Amino acid sequence: RTVEPLEYYRRFLKENCRPDGRELGEFRTTTVNVGSIGTADGSSLVKLGNTTVICGIKAEFGAPPTDAPDKGYVVPNVDLSPLCSWRFRSGPPGEEAQVASQFIADVIENSQIIQKEDLCISSGKLAWVLYCDLICLNHDGNILDACTFALLAALKNVQLPEVTINEETALAEVNLKKKSYLNIRTHPVATSFAVFDDTLLIVDPTEEEEHLATGTLTVVMDEEGKLCCLHKPGGSGLTGAKLQDCMSRAVTRHKEVKKLMDEVFKSMKPK
Amino acid sequence: MAFLDFRGGSGRVQIVSKRRATCGRHSWSPRVGACVQRTHLVRKRALLGGSNKPRLHVGSGAMEGAMQTESKIRADSRTEPGPRGPGCSLRHFACEQNLLSRPDGSASFLQGDTSVLAGVYGPAEVKISKEIFNKATLEVILRPKTGLPGVAEKSRERLIRNTCEAVVLGALHPRTSITVVLQVVSDAGSLLACCLNAACMALVDAGVPMRALFCGVTCALDSDGTLMLDPTAKQEKPQRAEHCWEALRDDHHRGCPSGVEYCALEAPVGATWWDHEARAVLTFALDSVERKLLMSTTKGLYSDAELQQCLAAAQTASTHVFRFYRESLQRRYSKS
Repeated sequence: RTVEPLEYYRRFLKENCRPDGRELGEFRTTTVNVGSIGTADGSSLVKLGNTTVICGIKAEFGAPPTDAPDKGYVVPNVDLSPLCSWRFRSGPPGEEAQVASQFIADVIENSQIIQKEDLCISSGKLAWVLYCDLICLNHDGNILDACTFALLAALKNVQLPEVTINEETALAEVNLKKKSYLNIRTHPVATSFAVFDDTLLIVDPTEEEEHLATGTLTVVMDEEGKLCCLHKPGGSGLTGAKLQDCMSRAVTRHKEVKKLMDEVFKSMKPK
Repeated sequence: MAFLDFRGGSGRVQIVSKRRATCGRHSWSPRVGACVQRTHLVRKRALLGGSNKPRLHVGSGAMEGAMQTESKIRADSRTEPGPRGPGCSLRHFACEQNLLSRPDGSASFLQGDTSVLAGVYGPAEVKISKEIFNKATLEVILRPKTGLPGVAEKSRERLIRNTCEAVVLGALHPRTSITVVLQVVSDAGSLLACCLNAACMALVDAGVPMRALFCGVTCALDSDGTLMLDPTAKQEKPQRAEHCWEALRDDHHRGCPSGVEYCALEAPVGATWWDHEARAVLTFALDSVERKLLMSTTKGLYSDAELQQCLAAAQTASTHVFRFYRESLQRRYSKS
């Protein structure tokens, strides 16, 4: 396994299964836990097999951008620390972290999870800025899927207090007693694939598989079957037919994830 | 600058006016994309023992209608590229190779008004921490036109790097590094596709062994589902709800989730801002052998069927880009 990892894997792939016993189209066990961080306005912890990502959202005040005075900000930041994998060093974010942050920012923007106008308190003067920190605790492959899921769960968990602007003092008054949830419009779910030898597509790759693969592909889908993002950063070529298979797998995955999320939030309601 | 002439597709010889482009190194017709090859003066003199007139070749950017538009070529310089052919077509493109003396290979690729300059250094020495024992280490550096490179550039660098890694035969040069440096000279839409094309031409110019060529094609989807290939900056800009609010603020449209679609129902008086808005912009990188999808990155919402449609359109468009590559390289290396 250590000497000839590719050959080792090929032997399994020929039998249409993987070393950890999964099918080619099977995901690892997904667990999600929301609201665990008390100091954050919204939080979630997602485990995809061994890959663990925790998301904390803090809401702060900020001035809206001058070219869009009635919009707030959602600022994602993915942090891949040396804790999660031997490949990362401490210091400024490396390439993988930056790419992941950019990917999450694109997903938020494209899928319109939140209408940014909802985050505006007073047009041109005050708006909410949501800082989403996604910290990876354990990197065992498929970081993008885990991050997207964690972000979605945390956003559903965020409770923003009511803010009124006092006309006399022109200061904002925060009413911590009255909190409301954010209006989440769509539920984008990411599905990642790894391409082996230009032909085989496996779902939810582990870190080892990601290294051996010749390419990766991530599809982000929302409820109506619309694609928010098709992220294929290079790698071997794919034909249209293969893409079609990926889409259908992504649709089933979306249903699974949605079911899981609904269960979690239903169990949380009576608090 | 020498006087240039090119041969039209029908065999007629036409004289075109000179037009200084931004980098001032070549002329090109505003109608038909042209490619100027500049061989090294030394090499050229040795081969032909004489004139070092830059050689021009025809690279047609328009899918169809290139023959028809020849007669309409005007002598005045225009800032806007000529109108596209009927249906979906690409903007005029031009390419120049070997324009920088220090890098091992360089190329400048123009698509309409978007221009990217690429330089390739390699195979060269690599830092021990970065070396891979059995293949070449590929590095891509993308510099934006203004400002410092940020997270978006990093993400694009990763996309370009992975695309190049898929085609470059790194196994032939183990423990070396191949660096591709891209500088954005002007951005008027489809920037990533232009970067990919420039990178490919520069890699060819440097003589890096590759298993296939690759090209970048951008596709924009309108609010009513029409496809636009190679969009300009104006066409790429997604028209979001803000324009919706300004024009129809007092309307019942306020609650519309994707403002653009609802706006299309009502035409505000004198409103041209809602023409050419893109609901989604998709960029693909395709390889030359089987037109397989090497890289894709998208912005906006679209359905599965639309994706397949865009991919098919991109594959047809890529044949033209590859034909342009082939012609330009043929002209460059032929002795005539």
